[in-house]
Amino acid sequence: MIVVDSISVQAGPFRLDDVSLRVPTGDYAVLMGKTGCGKTTILESIIGLRRVKRGRIWLGDRDVTDLRPAVRDIGYVPQDGALFAKMTVEEQMGLALVIRGIPSVAVRARVRELAELLGIAHLLPRKPRGLSGGERQRVALGRALSFRPQILCLDEPLSALDDDTRLQMCELLAGVRAHTGVTTLHITHNLSEAYALADCVFRLENGRIEMVDLNGLPRGGNGDPARVRLGRTPSRRGGLHEAAD
Amino acid sequence: MNRLPAPASANFAESAESEAAVGAHRDGRGRPRTARLIALSDGAFFTALAVIGGAYVLLIVALLVADGAYMVHQTLRTVADSPRPWIAALTSNPILTALADRKIQYSIWLSMISCSLSAILSVLFAVPLGYLMARHRFFGQRLLDAFLDIPIVLPPLVVGLSLLILFQFPPFSWFARSVVYQVPAVVLAQFSVACAFAVRTMKHTFDHIDPRCENVALSLGCSRAQAFGWVVLPEAGRGIMTALTLAWARSLGEFGPLLVFAGATRMKTEVLSTSVFLELNVGHLEAAVAVSLIMVVSAVVVLIIARLWGAHEVAA
Repeated sequence: MIVVDSISVQAGPFRLDDVSLRVPTGDYAVLMGKTGCGKTTILESIIGLRRVKRGRIWLGDRDVTDLRPAVRDIGYVPQDGALFAKMTVEEQMGLALVIRGIPSVAVRARVRELAELLGIAHLLPRKPRGLSGGERQRVALGRALSFRPQILCLDEPLSALDDDTRLQMCELLAGVRAHTGVTTLHITHNLSEAYALADCVFRLENGRIEMVDLNGLPRGGNGDPARVRLGRTPSRRGGLHEAAD
Repeated sequence: MNRLPAPASANFAESAESEAAVGAHRDGRGRPRTARLIALSDGAFFTALAVIGGAYVLLIVALLVADGAYMVHQTLRTVADSPRPWIAALTSNPILTALADRKIQYSIWLSMISCSLSAILSVLFAVPLGYLMARHRFFGQRLLDAFLDIPIVLPPLVVGLSLLILFQFPPFSWFARSVVYQVPAVVLAQFSVACAFAVRTMKHTFDHIDPRCENVALSLGCSRAQAFGWVVLPEAGRGIMTALTLAWARSLGEFGPLLVFAGATRMKTEVLSTSVFLELNVGHLEAAVAVSLIMVVSAVVVLIIARLWGAHEVAA
């Protein structure tokens, strides 16, 4: 569970006050809002990359407000992946485990398992240079999931992808959620991603977060193909999570 | 009879008027005169760029060619009376004569050692300073940023004099006997200026490394130092190499601070730039130019190595 309780954050001249958010355990939450409204600031506060001036942040039953990002155990996928240019795909997917002192055999096994799940096993010896947008996001997702985090934070992970790749990634994210049961906070301004993936949708507007009824939202002009292909509806809340359990 | 509605007709009249106005700016072939003017202006602009830029490039080339031509001229004069002029030119030209001189050999050796040491020291200081300046915001940062440029803008002699004065005061004065006018003074004088250039290069390098990679590393469980070591430093490899080269080349060219702080004692604190000065002082123009050419070649070799390294890094 992610609980953001009345936090105030300052990001340069930009300031957010008294913002709250609650994502139940195992849910896939989508946070929407206009560009520059502070979505990423909230995400960074949860991850621990931005200091919170007031309020508390809870992950499950842990108050992590004053903890460093390294000990929060949150998987983080930024926009366009932010892959480590000098490491091979295998090295970056195993970094979190190496840091935790896991034996190299176990690291290799875990990386191989994740790579199979994400369909990037053939990319393991490669460096990020030359990978496509979709491949980069898969690697970033694998890297974030490597240490089996309970929470996954995705910052507009599909925004730089073409429609087909975005659809594939939506399916992949839904599959990953079903497989791992990880509680996810996904930032986007794309309505079709929300339809395809979300159990709950939040909208950040004028410094306030409101929960949105997905059924009441206008559909995308393209007939919302992602939702049709995935066969998911917002009413199936928790269905995938239960399957994973 | 169909008539256009009034507003459309009005628009038409307006556009015909504007067409007429544009027509007034056409040349004999019907091309708009403004387009020709723009083409002319663009041509003039690029010509001006080429002329101004080319003049400076020509100056650099002329400097090097003049040195080379002088050497050739002197060599030819020396070997004019020799029965085998070509062999004499190869065996007794001013560069070989300079290279055979023990004092110059010592000077080359000390230059290579001191420049390498000061370049390595510069990078060791520049990496943390550049990283701090690029990544963190703190009180007095702008002041520190300006402060770091002081060695670059200070007259070289003043840097040397300041170093000399510094070693009058404890704790520096405790080491003054083994530093001032000794070999360590050469390295310290070179480092004082070269490091400022290395810091600029490293700050620029870290400015261009995506901080989100570091943020991801932190979220993966890395401490700040681990994120720096695992993610940031490998990506800064090319910048480090550039900083190292720049610091090395800068150290090779250092003269003012050396003269004041390390002196110009032959076989002791003499480096290549000092050799040029000493040879000039005793009227050996040939030897001075020969040593200058050795310096040019050394600097060019280092630059080529650095560029090749950079190209290799990019390819990797």
